[in-house]
Amino acid sequence: MNYLNTFFFGIYPYIALAVMVIGTWIRYDREQFTWKTSSSQLLEKKQLRRGSIAFHIGILAIFAGHFVGLLTPNAVWHVLGISAGTKQLIAIVAGGLAGIVCFYGMTILILRRLNNPRIRANSSTMDIVILLLLYAQLILGLLSIFVSLGHMDGSTMLLLMAWAQNTLTFDATTAVAAMTDVHWIFKLHITLGLTIFLVFPFTRLVHMFSVPVQYIRRQHQIVRQKAAR
Amino acid sequence: MKVRAQIGMVLNLDKCIGCHTCSITCKNVWTSREGVEYAWFNNVETKPGVGFPKEWENQDKWNGGWIRNKKGNLELKIGAKRRVLANIFANPDLPEIDDYYEPFDFDYQHLHTAKDSKHQPVARPRSLISGQRMEKIEWGPNWEEILGTEFAKRKKDKNFDEVVQKDIYGQFEKTFMMYLPRLCEHCLNPACVAACPSGAIYKREEDGIVLIDQDKCRGWRMCVSGCPYKKIYYNWKTGKSEKCTFCFPRIEAGQPTTCSETCVGRIRYLGVLLYDADRIEEAANTPNEQDLYQAQLDIFLDPHDPEVQAAARKEGIADNWIAAAQRSPVYMMAMQWKVALPLHPEYRTLPMVWYVPPLSPIQSAVEAGHVGMNGEIPDLKSLRIPLRYLANMLTAGDEFPIVRALERMIAMRAYKRSQNVDGVEDLEVLKQVGLTQHQVEEMYRYMALANYEDRFVIPTSHRAYAENAYDLKGSCGFTFGNGCSDGNNDVNLFGAKKQSVRQVIPVTVKE
Repeated sequence: MNYLNTFFFGIYPYIALAVMVIGTWIRYDREQFTWKTSSSQLLEKKQLRRGSIAFHIGILAIFAGHFVGLLTPNAVWHVLGISAGTKQLIAIVAGGLAGIVCFYGMTILILRRLNNPRIRANSSTMDIVILLLLYAQLILGLLSIFVSLGHMDGSTMLLLMAWAQNTLTFDATTAVAAMTDVHWIFKLHITLGLTIFLVFPFTRLVHMFSVPVQYIRRQHQIVRQKAAR
Repeated sequence: MKVRAQIGMVLNLDKCIGCHTCSITCKNVWTSREGVEYAWFNNVETKPGVGFPKEWENQDKWNGGWIRNKKGNLELKIGAKRRVLANIFANPDLPEIDDYYEPFDFDYQHLHTAKDSKHQPVARPRSLISGQRMEKIEWGPNWEEILGTEFAKRKKDKNFDEVVQKDIYGQFEKTFMMYLPRLCEHCLNPACVAACPSGAIYKREEDGIVLIDQDKCRGWRMCVSGCPYKKIYYNWKTGKSEKCTFCFPRIEAGQPTTCSETCVGRIRYLGVLLYDADRIEEAANTPNEQDLYQAQLDIFLDPHDPEVQAAARKEGIADNWIAAAQRSPVYMMAMQWKVALPLHPEYRTLPMVWYVPPLSPIQSAVEAGHVGMNGEIPDLKSLRIPLRYLANMLTAGDEFPIVRALERMIAMRAYKRSQNVDGVEDLEVLKQVGLTQHQVEEMYRYMALANYEDRFVIPTSHRAYAENAYDLKGSCGFTFGNGCSDGNNDVNLFGAKKQSVRQVIPVTVKE
């Protein structure tokens, strides 16, 4: 099994991240017209409102939780005085709640996408694939809570943090070592997560890079001048 | 003073025959594609009616346009910027496709392929979105054509507000109708531009045309809600918003827009207006809604004024544009004769497509001599279309400008009739409406004769200065999505369906 561990936790992360970064870059550079939210609200509004809001709020909370939880160095938590056990408890409660909100929204969205004839006819294969991938990933994440409840000392969480942080500092050997003995559900969750990174540039997920924050500070009106002046 | 030029349009509703040629030619040129079958950059509505999309004028429902907030500042009716972003996951003010209509086509092929049967084969409708059979078409782009549908539905028309006894107009003998061709207003203070989170919509400095940058649009859909005229359409196929382009490639070449060019009633006019861009916000923020019409007139500049001309040249406006502004039919009708009025100025967008209100038959009572005449001019209260209705549509409810416009049009007719039939110059009627003999002859020339070269005074834009031709060398122009890389390759790594080919969804006919 060692070679599988080495591949999925030592090599695959770099493949996935490389494809994501380069693919996104190419798409942004060459395929601006395809860079969009692909909203289907015009075709169906009621279910979308119920589903989309819950889904987005849930998944943004989960994303932020993973980002902070996995990538903040342990030393920082020490300084803050948060022990691994406490941190795990916070992660389980906050992540669990966000996960349930997200699950609620996503269930509506999936049913809508598959069952509404207008939406279905207007969905690309990738629209459905990415939705199901995210759904599977969410369910795996929620299931992992039950595994985590079995060991509340935060030790597994420290291993996962070690994997993430060592991966980002290009210490693949240490990263793989950290992952060797964790429960299979975490392994699956991470592998699927990396796969989502891998397909990211080929999906509608790219719209997350276009969050229009600059809108808040922008002038209301935009007037374009002739180019050559 | 910051002078800017705008190509404006006037539609003379008095001459509109409701033939929809404008809509059809526009559709053939711009929206005969998948995803925008339901979109009509130009459509003609029969009024009174709820219009297209349903009840677009009811801003209590759709929240389009601008309002003055408590602090006295301009704010989008869909909310301040923060609220716009807060609603980004699901826009509460977005119409659904059924508020427009579900686009459909008919199975014409079935007429050729039907087997021998007891009954005549028919071409049944199917949805162009889902491809499924539509048992019944519920609504269309022009469902209320010539007062179609029952009055109970049509009376939801927002312009009926404060019209006394509106139910009377449901009676056959009392009913009235008029046509309202609509397109993007290319506003001076466009709400769509302000609502776009991506900053993809912009107004062109040189001619005021409002366009959507298809590459920058991310499909947040706020423009659709922001526009009170509902003239931005979300393309459900490409996931981008689209709108009337004012046929900018034609305008740049000095040609009228397609809708104007093909108008058989010769009701459309295009011309340059100069305005003071520094005073846009001040005008749009006029406290009293009924003053908005005058406020908009006030920011237009007189192209004959040497000071204005000098200021315009300083801003880089070419001489042929200034010359065109002096001959602009839009300037004459809106500013000099004041017969053209803006559509719903109360939305505070400062629209730039203006309308000459329609005259309507005088109730039969007049002919019987029961209605008061004011000299040659009948009491306008006896016109079939209630003044209040027109005022709600064109002047935020102020009847005075409507009366002035209609009286001037009647005076023009009376004057020309006395001149041609009786052989006398009826100067009395002109004095009554405040027109000079020269003005009324010009009005006659522009509004009655309406020659092509008088209707369309469009200066060519200096495209060579606008773009660096060297950079354009070997480029691809506009293609659907992929620029040069599209080619003949059907494979698209990034998952876009091919846009240039209509996807035909086969319908299996169950016998």
